[in-house]
This record gives sequence, structure tokens and C-alpha cells, in this order.
Amino acid sequence: MKVVVTSTGESLNSLVDQRFGRAAAFVMVDTGSGEITSEDNAAGVDAAQGAGVQAAERVARLGAARLITGHCGPKAFRTLVAAGIEVYTGATGTIGEAVEQLEAGELTRMTGPDRAGHWG
Amino acid sequence: MIVAIASGKGGTGKTTVALNLALSVGRRVRILDCDVEAPNVRLFIDAETVHREEVGIPVPLVDSAACNQCGECSRLCQYNALAVLGSSVMVFPELCHGCGGCARVCPEGAIREVPRSIGVVEEARMGDLYLVQGRLNVGEALVPPLIRAVRARPGDEDIVVIDAPPGTSCSMIAAVRGCDFVVLVTEPTPFGLNDLMLAVKTVRAVGIPFSVVINRAGSGDGRVHEYCAAEGIEILLEIPDDRRVAEAYARGLPLVESVPELRPLFATLASRIEAETSFPEIGGRENGRTDACA
Repeated sequence: MKVVVTSTGESLNSLVDQRFGRAAAFVMVDTGSGEITSEDNAAGVDAAQGAGVQAAERVARLGAARLITGHCGPKAFRTLVAAGIEVYTGATGTIGEAVEQLEAGELTRMTGPDRAGHWG
Repeated sequence: MIVAIASGKGGTGKTTVALNLALSVGRRVRILDCDVEAPNVRLFIDAETVHREEVGIPVPLVDSAACNQCGECSRLCQYNALAVLGSSVMVFPELCHGCGGCARVCPEGAIREVPRSIGVVEEARMGDLYLVQGRLNVGEALVPPLIRAVRARPGDEDIVVIDAPPGTSCSMIAAVRGCDFVVLVTEPTPFGLNDLMLAVKTVRAVGIPFSVVINRAGSGDGRVHEYCAAEGIEILLEIPDDRRVAEAYARGLPLVESVPELRPLFATLASRIEAETSFPEIGGRENGRTDACA
């Protein structure tokens, strides 16, 4: 299963970024194969608007089934739901630790946005 | 002649100057209330509505049967108004700036544009004064297209006075670009000076000749005068800090009616602006570029 974690950097030892749309980077962990990939999120950090929408589209394009992040706004959440991606929150520490917490069932599945929209 | 009344700081007296200037030109005049988030010129006049129309911007509508999720539209959109997912495309009309690019790049022709209302343009008449005002829908964030719609309404008056929105962002630029002259209204306070300096920078970048009107003159300090002297900026008029001015404003009455001794000051302002715009080359007018403002 592919899990994307919002991250402050591009390695397993980077810390979980609590922001979604404007997270510094996305790290993807394939829990089956152990493969780790990452990409920076400059497009989201610098976006004038719609950072959450572009981030959700990107997570969907990566083929992730689950997302670990801190917070999520309404448009981003709607997009993630439409893409069939489960969103988990409550992770602490590094990316590696966050994935372990997910597998241990320690994270909370979000059922709706926990932040108001920033635009319009 | 098109003259815009602008300011960096809000609440300095743009509407007061714009309306009383318009009432002082002595012939047919058009006043455009481009402060579409808070249009208030009409509060001061008893005008009869003659026209009203919705203003919209084009937003994409995706034909899901024709779409193959290639992602070209989303890649083009700088405003993240479209998200292409595995089997569908989501559109966020409130993020769309209406450029139409998505419909043009779609190789499948799956996108057509449909209007989304952002506000209304209303026109009203009172004698020689013809008012066009924009009113943005509540909750709407996209201002410049409505300002452009207000400015695009046809008219044949020789003199157009624009009441611009405060600040120095896209909406202010949409109101002042293409004008012959800008009047920057300020007050002699530290905040007034700070925001005047920002407005001066902006108007210089857009390349329009301008002068200053000081409102509530006699309050605050002398730093606005010092700044204008140092920068070679002409002060066209000083409106005294007078309780009767505040009372007239609070009652919704034009100053030229309620404080008669101000009438010649505004008449002088009108003739000075007309004189300034008769020789545009003296002001060093040039065409500014502000294409980034959507």
C-alpha cells in the first residue's frame, strides 16, 4: 500500500509537516515493497491560491491510497475524497515513525476538513 | 478626460473628493464607483436607477464523457481551479479567474465556458450627473473584472471621475490604469503619509500623472507637506479639518451643498485638473504595464 506523508524534507528522517497544501515536500512510502520516493512541493508553497487542491491532485497522481498530514481544508478534503484517498492525522516525529504509527493503528482517520478555506 | 480619485489608505476621503469634484465641473459628468466592495457614492445623491445588469466571468464546465483526464487544463491553470483525478475532473469555480485557457488547451474539446455571476453594474442619473457603480457579490474575492465592467459601460460624457478602491493592489490598479490623471487623497497623519508613499510608487509604476489632495488639513502633522515638497508633488487642494464636514458626511450630504464655502475650492480643483490634463506631456505620461493583475 502506498502512503504519502506531508514532510518538512525529502527523507524518511524528515519531520511530518502539519500543513497539507503548503507542506515543504511529499514523501511516499510503499509499505509492501519498502520503496521510498519523494518530491518537493514548491508549486504549493508558492501558489497564490488553491494550494490544497493542487496538493490533493498530486497525491492522487502518485497513486497513494492513504495520506498522513496535520490539517486539511474543505477544497483539499473534497478533492481527496473524490480521489478515494483516506486521510489520517495525529502523527508525530519523523516520516518513518508516522508510517509505523499508521500501521499500528495509532492515527485518527479524518472524516471532514478541520480548517476553514483560505479563499473565496 | 478620465480622472481617478485614489489613495493608499482607506477612509481618507476618496468618495468625498470624487463626488464633490463631479458636482463642481458644471456640465455633464460621469462618475464611476469602482470601490465595488463598498460602493457608497450613491448614498450622497438622490439618483434614479436607469440600468442594471449582472456581471459574470467565464468558468469551465467539463464534459466528463469527452474528457480523458489528460491533465492539460490543470497544468495550465495558475490558480489551481481544476483538479484532474484518475477518473474525473473537479472544477472550483471560486478559484477561477476566467482566462479561458483551460478550454483552449483541452485536446478533446471537453471544456466549454459558462458564466458565473460575481456582481452587478447599476446605473443611475441625477441631473447632469450619471453614476455607474459596481457591487460585488457577498463572499466574492475577484474584484478587477467587475471594475473593468463598470469602466466599459458606454457613455459620451467628456469628463469621467472614478472613485477608486483603497490600497495599491490589483483592484486599485484596475481602477486607475488608462486614466489621464490621478488624484491621491491623503490625511496629514503618519498612516496617511505611509500609505500615500505606497500609492505614489504604484501610480508612478503605472505611469500616470498625479497630484495630491489633503483631507482633514490642520490635524496631524506637517510630514505629508514635507514629503510632497521633497518629491515635487503638487498639492491641489486642502480640505480643512472641520466638524461641519464630518456632520455633512454623516448625514449623507455632498459638501458643496452643506458647507457652501468649500464650493469654490472644489471648482478650483476641477479647473486645475482640467488644466493639468490639457498638457499631458508635462506630467511625463507613459504607458505602464500591469499585466499580472487579473
